Amino acid sequence: MSEQDVKQIVLDIIADVAPDEDLGDLDGGVSLRDQLDLDSMDFLDIVMELRKRHKVEVPSEDYPQLATLNSCVEYLSPKFA
Amino acid sequence: MKYDAIVIGAGMSGLAAGIRLAMFDKKVVILEKHSISGGLNSYYQRRIPSTKELFKFDVGLHALTNFAKKGERGRPFTKLLKQLRIPYEEFNLKEQTTSKVQFSSASFRFSNEVDYFISQIEETFPSERDSFHSFHQMTMEYNETDLSAGYVSARAVLDQYFKEELLKEMLIAPLLIYGSAWEHDMDFSQFVIMYKALYVEGFSRPEGGVRTILNLLESRYKELGGEIRYRTGASSIEVDKKVSGVTTTKGEFIAADKVFSSMGLPETMQAIDGEFSAPVGKLSFCESLFITENKSFLDNIEDTIIFYNDSDKYLYRKPESIYDSSSAVFCLPDNYERKQREGHGTIRVTYMANFDHWVSKEEEVYKKLKNKMSEEAWELSKRLMQSEPTILLKDVFTPRTVKKYTGHIEGTVYGSTQKNKDGRTSVDGLYVMGTDQGFLGIVGSMLSGISMANLHGLMEG
Repeated sequence: MSEQDVKQIVLDIIADVAPDEDLGDLDGGVSLRDQLDLDSMDFLDIVMELRKRHKVEVPSEDYPQLATLNSCVEYLSPKFA
Repeated sequence: MKYDAIVIGAGMSGLAAGIRLAMFDKKVVILEKHSISGGLNSYYQRRIPSTKELFKFDVGLHALTNFAKKGERGRPFTKLLKQLRIPYEEFNLKEQTTSKVQFSSASFRFSNEVDYFISQIEETFPSERDSFHSFHQMTMEYNETDLSAGYVSARAVLDQYFKEELLKEMLIAPLLIYGSAWEHDMDFSQFVIMYKALYVEGFSRPEGGVRTILNLLESRYKELGGEIRYRTGASSIEVDKKVSGVTTTKGEFIAADKVFSSMGLPETMQAIDGEFSAPVGKLSFCESLFITENKSFLDNIEDTIIFYNDSDKYLYRKPESIYDSSSAVFCLPDNYERKQREGHGTIRVTYMANFDHWVSKEEEVYKKLKNKMSEEAWELSKRLMQSEPTILLKDVFTPRTVKKYTGHIEGTVYGSTQKNKDGRTSVDGLYVMGTDQGFLGIVGSMLSGISMANLHGLMEG
């Protein structure tokens, strides 16, 4: 799966978890929390959706790896390989 | 067959927890002792004698606190919608115009615009203007949902900021009566939750009242594959080192890895071994309801809710008398988006009440006391509205009614004075949520169910 595919998977999940957010011009290098109204409950949902939809497990100690869109892609890509 | 989780109670917290668990494929069943959902926030119907129409009354829900506009950031209501994945529009919220805190020598109003509340406090208490600004700032920065925080007296915090007794009394009164399990005082975290819920965010009501919320939650839960059993209470919670399941009031044993109970902390502990091992709260209420012929009385009054107190000292406690009419919550549940004038009107008056007195009375005396209370509530209503609408139907509920339908020991409405903020109990796998977890109001109780399901049902695998 390409990095672009993984990025799209993450964006699709965020769009469902936080439907009122505009994901059009997200900066991949900047923390998602600084750009969107996401709190710890929303991050839990992102993790739960990764498990539910793609059988990808993110242990709680790895949550910081999901801070930015780029770090999500970097961290998750091997799990989708 | 074993469930991942049993949820006890189909009230606001139970339904919200059920939705969260079912959303992520947990096998979950909700047990509800009553034939309908809602718990403390439910409904019932009565027939209007003269017209034979069936009229539905809401129980609980004077107002949905924590108003938020669609997508408004950082608001509890916005978080709730996201977590339950219910679109904002489906709640069909109608906003209040104003509500009022009315004491003997002063009154102030608040609306869904916090600046209006601030200006009202400044006008009513000019000498406390600066103190109020620092107090307000501090509450806005306070982390009231910290699950590890201990008890801090709200009155002690108010004392640090203000000199005027009347301001302190008036600020705390609505927050106490809309959620405190403690007499006279409340935990400061809970004060801040309620301060934001009422004064900062404000009131609205879903079109259709409590049934709209319950229908949304129930259908969301069912569409996610959740199971719900009505007329099925939890008669005992079974423990074998850790929780093993629940025996229902129908005598069936249901096995589960986890049990989320919204029965209340003393009630939950009692279901394990029959012992009271948590303090029972003292606060209960009685309410008089009036259905009027039409809604034209709303032309005279803009306020949706009036927190009325006939002196300048607010007594929040289990009264010594059967009920206490020196203070009241006067609620006009139709007074949201005040254009709609069709149909009958509703007026609700809530007093603090003494459970022991209400349960000890013979049926005859009980009925007489209900009548007396209803008449007194009507006198107050006429005074506050400055009009006298035609009544089609009167009804009353008392602490006895609360006990009957919720199972709360002593008919408590705000639960135990012991709150387990992280939901844990002495039994592994058994968690409390709802009132005795400690988030308040209808939005609070739903967030309580969500938080406990997240913390103990989803994060731990």
